[in-house]
Amino acid sequence: MYLKEIYTIKAPYRESMNIRGYSFGKGDKAACILGPVRGNEIQQLYICSQLVKKLKELENNGCISSGKEILVIPVVNNYSMNVGKRFWGEDNTDLNRRFPGNPQGDTTDRITGAVLEAVKDYGFGIQFASFYMNGEFVPHVRMMETGYQNTSLANLFGLPYVVVRRPRPIDTKTLNFNWQNEQTAAFSVYTNKNDEIDDKSARQAVAAVLRFLTRMGIIRYESHSGYISHVIQEEQLTNVHSMSGGIYRRQINPGEEVRYGQIIGQVIDPYEGGVRENITAPTDGVVFFAHTQPLIHEGDIAYRLIHRLHE
Amino acid sequence: MIQTVVSAGLPVGENLMIQKKRMMGKQTEGPGSFGRISIVTGIHGDELEGQYVCYELARRLEEASEQLYGIVDIYPALNPLGMDTRHRAIPQFEMDMNRIFPGNRDGAVMERVAASVVEDLIGSDVCIDVHSSNAFNREVTQVRISQDFKERLLPFAKLLNTEMIWLNATETVHESTLAHSMNMLGVPTLVVEMGLGAAINMDYGNRIVDGILNLMREMGLWKGAVGQIRQPAVVLDSAIQFIRAQKEGIFLPSISHEARVEKGEVLGRIVDVLHTSVQEEITAPCDGMVFTLREYPMVYEGALLMRILMEQGEESGQSCT
Ligand SMILES: [Zn+2]
Repeated sequence: MYLKEIYTIKAPYRESMNIRGYSFGKGDKAACILGPVRGNEIQQLYICSQLVKKLKELENNGCISSGKEILVIPVVNNYSMNVGKRFWGEDNTDLNRRFPGNPQGDTTDRITGAVLEAVKDYGFGIQFASFYMNGEFVPHVRMMETGYQNTSLANLFGLPYVVVRRPRPIDTKTLNFNWQNEQTAAFSVYTNKNDEIDDKSARQAVAAVLRFLTRMGIIRYESHSGYISHVIQEEQLTNVHSMSGGIYRRQINPGEEVRYGQIIGQVIDPYEGGVRENITAPTDGVVFFAHTQPLIHEGDIAYRLIHRLHE
Repeated sequence: MIQTVVSAGLPVGENLMIQKKRMMGKQTEGPGSFGRISIVTGIHGDELEGQYVCYELARRLEEASEQLYGIVDIYPALNPLGMDTRHRAIPQFEMDMNRIFPGNRDGAVMERVAASVVEDLIGSDVCIDVHSSNAFNREVTQVRISQDFKERLLPFAKLLNTEMIWLNATETVHESTLAHSMNMLGVPTLVVEMGLGAAINMDYGNRIVDGILNLMREMGLWKGAVGQIRQPAVVLDSAIQFIRAQKEGIFLPSISHEARVEKGEVLGRIVDVLHTSVQEEITAPCDGMVFTLREYPMVYEGALLMRILMEQGEESGQSCT
């Protein structure tokens, strides 16, 4: 293993922010794994740290295939992490909306530009990311429909679901989109949490990445075969909205099955304590996403359901 | 008349409300129709220049209401929670509201709100979206137009009494702005930028009010007085020099906003306070006018310090070295 310095940004009154990569093996740029670009992606940081630990062991045991190099960047934005902010502290810029970046541009463009430059030549790109909405997901691999996406490769992670998203204009500024445009097969891996650690899903994510690297011949590692993934187009998910605002009582977790008409959540009157609304499942299905905040707005997405696939 | 454009329940004892003021004048000439102009502002909660424009425009229209024809709709706060909390984005959702248009009826709350705003604006003959830079940089009065809509918008833009009209190269991400969405839907929409976030420059505001009245007069919506209207410089990206910090530190400009500068002139320094040293001296790369000037002193490498409109740069695109 050796360290690669990717970018350094200096601040008047803080230690420099150094973006570092951990490189394993020697040879072709086979795979790159990238951790948090947002300051609240603590679970993602944890997963990357565990991958670095695991890859170190594998390298010491001679289990990285010859002629293959793997790069792990455990964190891009440690500055925001250390001050408890999700976005760039100075101007609240979301770094994951600043790709492809620009070495002559604004501060955040320089950061993302340097990161993309460092990762763009790898064959496979894996980013541990978070969604713009707060809540919990079923673990899945997410890809943008850019024309370069390859869902059969995404299945090799062995996570329960692969979601393909048709990019909207805003998505053209994400790493995933720009990485694919650089001809890297780019995957975003989502586990259930962001700002707290869930050991079980972290282990599942580490296993998924090691499984993928094994199947692509980049490492040698005995792994469980995982799930056979369902591929879903994001627009096929059914959004379940709350019709009122109030205190939110969630009754179902991501990954659980629901039946048509089942009560899956309740909105409680925040003054008088009564049930203002029973949120019911509009279809048989599996919970893909769940709103987890204790308060809910009128019109919020309480759940996103995967319509049950009939045999 | 005050109308509620959209209302959505917040969790605890409050509704999010976007409201507008509708002013009805006499029927416009022509076949039985009312012309309509819409003024929107406050998409970015930290931008307040539009507050004065909305207030002053309505005040002047009410003062001479017999001169008003057609409909004027004023939307002073598209992001009311952001304005209330001195927050650029939508609080909690942390989304830039100007990146979620045209909205989505089946989406998250703010996407639904955005869709309602768009529906309400449809039917306007022209729409003006007033912005005031951000908390970092001071701007001269300008209209920003993406190249895609140049033919259609330039005639309107020239009436607005701004210092300049900047024809921007279009970035895909701009497709999710209110202005782009409305232009795609056939409502000519102009973005006015001026001043500084979290502040009001009444002189700039008065110029824009004059400009809007001038535009309304051309549209047949206003028969009252209009002030002196200036001719804007129409500029392309290539006529603009961006000056960015190459070092981190505290930025101390030595020129003022709107200054005319000469090539080689010292424009400011970036200093290291702890070590009492000059990190970088900034000099003018060309002759021109400083139309953007950084007000917020703390900088990282890459921070925008100034933009200079190059002399003789109008629509010519010469480069200066
Ligand atoms: Zn703005």
